[in-house]
Amino acid sequence: MGWQPGLIAVVFAIATLLAADAQNPLAGNAKAAKAGEYEFRINCALCHGLGARGGGRGPDLTRAKKKYAHSDAEMFQIISNGIPGTAMPANGTNGQGVGMTDEEIWQIITYIRSQEVKAPANSIGDPAHGKELFYGDANCSLCHMIDGKGGRFGPDLSGVGASRTRGAIIDSVRNPSHHLAWGLTEATKEFPQEYESVTAVTADGKEIKGVTLNEDSFSVQIMDTNEQIHLLEKDKLKSFHTSRESAMPKYTTDTLSDKDLDDIVAYLVSVGAK
Amino acid sequence: MTRSRSVLLSVVPVLLLLSPAFAQVTYERLLNSAKEPQNWMMYSGDYSGKRFSGLDQINKSNAHAVVAKWVYQTGATGKLETSPLEVDGILYATGQDDRAFALDARTGRPIWMYQRQVPSDIRPCCGHVNRGLAILGGKVFLGTLDAHVIALDAKTGAVIWDRTAADYRIGHSFTVAPLIVKNLVIIGVSGGEYGVRGFIDAYDADTGARKWRFYTVPGPGEPGHDTWEGDSWKVGGAPAWNTGTYDPATNQIFWPTGNPSPSNRGAGRAGDNLYSNSLLALNTDTGKLNWYFQFTKHDEHDWDATQVPIMIDKDGKQLIAQANRNGFFYVIDRANGKLISATAYGKQTWSDSKDADGRPVANKNASPTLNGHTVCPGALGTTNFMAPSYDPQTGLVYVTARDQCDIFSTAPQPYEAGHAYYGSAYFPSEDAKPYLGFLKAIDPATGEIKEKFQHTSPTWSGVLSTAGGLVFSGDAEGNFIAFDAESLKPLWHFQMGGAVYAPPMAFAIDGKEYVAIAAGSAIYAFGLP
Repeated sequence: MGWQPGLIAVVFAIATLLAADAQNPLAGNAKAAKAGEYEFRINCALCHGLGARGGGRGPDLTRAKKKYAHSDAEMFQIISNGIPGTAMPANGTNGQGVGMTDEEIWQIITYIRSQEVKAPANSIGDPAHGKELFYGDANCSLCHMIDGKGGRFGPDLSGVGASRTRGAIIDSVRNPSHHLAWGLTEATKEFPQEYESVTAVTADGKEIKGVTLNEDSFSVQIMDTNEQIHLLEKDKLKSFHTSRESAMPKYTTDTLSDKDLDDIVAYLVSVGAK
Repeated sequence: MTRSRSVLLSVVPVLLLLSPAFAQVTYERLLNSAKEPQNWMMYSGDYSGKRFSGLDQINKSNAHAVVAKWVYQTGATGKLETSPLEVDGILYATGQDDRAFALDARTGRPIWMYQRQVPSDIRPCCGHVNRGLAILGGKVFLGTLDAHVIALDAKTGAVIWDRTAADYRIGHSFTVAPLIVKNLVIIGVSGGEYGVRGFIDAYDADTGARKWRFYTVPGPGEPGHDTWEGDSWKVGGAPAWNTGTYDPATNQIFWPTGNPSPSNRGAGRAGDNLYSNSLLALNTDTGKLNWYFQFTKHDEHDWDATQVPIMIDKDGKQLIAQANRNGFFYVIDRANGKLISATAYGKQTWSDSKDADGRPVANKNASPTLNGHTVCPGALGTTNFMAPSYDPQTGLVYVTARDQCDIFSTAPQPYEAGHAYYGSAYFPSEDAKPYLGFLKAIDPATGEIKEKFQHTSPTWSGVLSTAGGLVFSGDAEGNFIAFDAESLKPLWHFQMGGAVYAPPMAFAIDGKEYVAIAAGSAIYAFGLP
């Protein structure tokens, strides 16, 4: 019995070495998928949601078409090593959970595959009209950028269609204060900076309104509505106030119909899929 | 060779006489650590767990002038949780992946560096971390991620002995700083996320021979065994991954234990699950249990009670205090383990009542559910491994605390050796946002929060108090901060460029006080210009 864990380790070490063109050794195994469901809840659901349907932070993994990983081997690499430049961490590096074994990663992949659904035949919304609205009447581009075109005050939305669910995007337009968007993520910090609204009054009485690019107990880095960056020391300010009321206006159905919003989301999804 | 060595040997004792500063660390010195505040010779600074420095050169009047003296980069990624030791001018600390090193404490220049060849298949729950070394004689002692206890030569870093404590492949590991008492290296195991059966070990410092082991989950026939359902005790957890304290007057160590396994699912382990989430009073020489106090019975929220227990003598009473992960601040009579008080010091929703002993009791609806149920504090707790501090001058306990609630949902995960064993998933509850982080000053006599400082976000930094009327702590944004110990107003700060997961400590060389702390991937030392 004593040799078994070692043998398993060897098998999975080899599987890792061959991961670039490896097949999932557990593919289609229903028991592995069930074990993977529990592992998914513990390790992945925080961002990707229970059932892998996506949360406010991570993409819906039940979509058959994924932005970063197509094959099981690619998915294995991404779970193991993370995706640089995104919030997706490497296995075992988020500092809280338990690092997964290779076997557990394959179980998760087996689970994700078991949850995938084909893309709906009729996709919702008209992306071309959505683009017109984004850069036109809906005023999105005043604050948001896509592929280098648009404003800087709000988060860049080039990748949002791939990284967020449709529901999460709609929620952030209809109720922007519900989940503030994540901004700067520092490597050693537990929480990313969020798009909090800020009002600061300098010693000479100048009021600055904007969003926090970053903040600590002693300094704050603000972008104002004119995209000017202000670097301030808190003890030199007359007053300083942050708010979790988003700087983004709440788009009700009076200002943006459900159909127009569907078109904008369709545009974001079409950009994200590129 | 022989001759030159014998010449050298004849010279060494003379040098030792001329340089008493380089005397070895003896148990006598450890017992009397308060007499040499220039040295920091064990994890909490002394046996009482106070993390208080008697140095006062850096004080309220000059703290604003403190400057960085040196930085030592480990060159590795991952968290640093180490509490350095400093003895007679040499600073000893640990880094990621079982690194250990000795530095010239004046300059930060390394004297030796050690790194263990850690097996690639270790799976410690929460990073490849270590919280520090212990020192005795000419050796420093390290518990490793692959569950070995090793003794290193304090002058060279060479391995003197190496003992396997347990099988790392089924989830055992060591992350704790050992505690030296007499000639024993006392250490507790990690692995509550893998269903290990927890234990506390004592090893002979000279030979590495194991002198005793106390299993924190009683076996068949032992008292407390009936607090476990069926065979659940075999994978019952109750790890012991933070450093305890020692009372020479009664020859007892006080060692705290962690969560029962699986951490977030009580089904299958009906009962109180002794001695999980408890404070154990063990006979130092034999490891026999004198008394225990269980903070959270039958825990389902991962509320390890592994926080450093602080011995406080006040008004003729011998007390032991702990700011617990479950959100309550407990004061216990250390003569008998009887609870004196339990007071909430952070946001908690799990307990609205107390039992006849005054112990907070879980509400009926506090258990995790299939679809998720919000409970405060969250799984990370009101506090966690961050070392607290007790300042005998202000009479206050300083604790890093957070307000965060989690949604706890069950995931009926079967036990499989060497695999994660939570039995649950938990998520931050959006209702509780933003998550708040504090430094709180608690009066142990009343449990009252006397002062608090709110950080920008929750921090994992430990706390140091000093005779200079200062409290030092770090934040998640990378600042190292000196606070006025009475008002908790920041008097000074320095941006270290990486979040803090470690506690500060203090030492002095040639009459100059230093304060040191790990942040990001480096150790920093500070002092007056």
